[in-house]
Amino acid sequence: MTSARRKPYGVKGAPYAFLIPATVLFLVFFALPIGYAIWLSFRKVHVSGLGLGKGAREEVWAGLSNYTAALHDSELLHGALRVLGYGCIVVPVMLGLALLFALMLDSDKVRFTPFTRLAIFLPYAIPGVVAAMLWGFLYLPDVSPFYYVLDKLGLPQPDLLSGGPLYAALSNIAVWGGTGFNMIVIYTALQAIPAEVYEAAKLDGATPRQVALKIKIPMVAPSLVLTFFFSIIATLQVYNEPTTLKPLTNSVSTTWSPLMKVYRDAFGTNDIYAAAAQAVIIALATLLLSFGFLRAANRRQKQEAAR
Amino acid sequence: MSSLAVRKAEPAAGTTPGAAQGPPLRRRIALVPTLTLLIGALYTLLPVAWVVIASTKSGEELFSTFTFLPGSGFVDNLKDLSAYRDGVYWQWMGNSAFYAGCGALLSTVVSAFSGYALAIYRFRGRETMFNVLLAGVLMPPVILAVPQYLLLAQADLTDSYLSVLLPQILSPYGVYLARIYAQAAVPADVVEAGRMDGASEWRIFSRVALPMMVPGMVTVFLFQFVAIWNNFLLPYIMLSDDEKFPITLGLYTLLEQGANTPALYTLVITGAFLAVFPLIALFLVIQRFWSLDLLSGAVKS
Repeated sequence: MTSARRKPYGVKGAPYAFLIPATVLFLVFFALPIGYAIWLSFRKVHVSGLGLGKGAREEVWAGLSNYTAALHDSELLHGALRVLGYGCIVVPVMLGLALLFALMLDSDKVRFTPFTRLAIFLPYAIPGVVAAMLWGFLYLPDVSPFYYVLDKLGLPQPDLLSGGPLYAALSNIAVWGGTGFNMIVIYTALQAIPAEVYEAAKLDGATPRQVALKIKIPMVAPSLVLTFFFSIIATLQVYNEPTTLKPLTNSVSTTWSPLMKVYRDAFGTNDIYAAAAQAVIIALATLLLSFGFLRAANRRQKQEAAR
Repeated sequence: MSSLAVRKAEPAAGTTPGAAQGPPLRRRIALVPTLTLLIGALYTLLPVAWVVIASTKSGEELFSTFTFLPGSGFVDNLKDLSAYRDGVYWQWMGNSAFYAGCGALLSTVVSAFSGYALAIYRFRGRETMFNVLLAGVLMPPVILAVPQYLLLAQADLTDSYLSVLLPQILSPYGVYLARIYAQAAVPADVVEAGRMDGASEWRIFSRVALPMMVPGMVTVFLFQFVAIWNNFLLPYIMLSDDEKFPITLGLYTLLEQGANTPALYTLVITGAFLAVFPLIALFLVIQRFWSLDLLSGAVKS
């Protein structure tokens, strides 16, 4: 910046002034709550006597006891395992479909793309709660067209809302809701590939499939990594879909996912200290997993580049 | 490409790379991609089509007729829904419009300020500030929402419109998008020229830079509108008075009550249909002059 010396008064302070609203909001609604949650996670209520009267219940330092309790909590562990299983279905299927659709949209001579692109993206505009409701009804034997067809064909009618199929049923809701957005992200990256790259491949006589596998996918790898990263975070925090299906089936407990357990402990059993410790653990686990993935992906990309 | 298409393709048996081109029909429409995408569209439209049709059925028809056969009860369903608890459903719709409209507007303003500052100026702590703001994206909503509730409870603000509105104004993703757009859309010389003319920093921003950033800001607004409209966890934690519920929370409570009484199913289904409608309409109208690609932060310069 050669013009730095000519800056009039006010330029130095201007960026800070522009950032005041964001900073204030960040401090009040992000930093303070996070700090408060961490503080609470190290506290507990000490009850003296019968816990009646003033001063009988006081908040005291708890050290790591909330954390050890949370780590030994089998409900939380089972919730975490359920969500891991769920994530192992959702993330690969959703991103696989998103990549497939993006590649198809980007191929030559494909028709009806304005319609199909918008249709596949449409679920993005539908609230997760409403999506879970729509699918929830489609899973109910009484009203579902699937069961109607199965019934007419005389095929067995599985119960989609319990046991193993419940994972598929919940995963389907997330896949349905998330594929379109990720498709757009990958498709945008595909569109940014310069035309010369294709011309060269065509001159070499590469088939569309070869172009897709050898050129397109490697070139959109960064956006694939990004969509993976955000999908992992979103999946581990699943809350709305199982909560919405809960009224329709007895198989979804109030602690089905770890976040549901945090909510239950904070507002159901009123143990905000345990809930805070669990929330901190979930946040750390999420960051660990997602950044672990990012590091692994980066290392692989470097190795590939070195080859 | 056209030079290749002139050559007649030999059948797939050929091991020559030129075998990619098929018979004449396939040259005009690529069948596999088109069909794959149509199947994808069918999958995404299926539940929407179902709810549209199911909302036209009376309670009796819902359980007796084939699901994809339209019924005759739409008007009655609408009346029942409007009559439910003195029209609380429309109150929920209005609340959602308020939360999403006001929240997204404020969010866009804050994002525009911050994105502009982070893109145009060079100052100490710029990257740190940007990274710290971005880290907010990674925070699980529950680690924020529970302490937010406890803190707002101490300020006596829970169960109010503000308790749902305020925490959603700062959007890390919005700031990120705004910074990218400002970088791409506002040339440094233009800002510099404004300074040479003696314009104040605020004037340069509001009169010169902001108009250039409009397409990007529309995207931030839409993104945040959808995010707030679809939010469930925050109002679920903050609110107990159902007059202040947004539509997501209202429908959820309706489903909770209706799950055991199939008579209420039609209300839930009609309610879900009407809740889906505004955002779909919004997208259909907007996509005429707005590209979906903008959402992923792609800027064509």
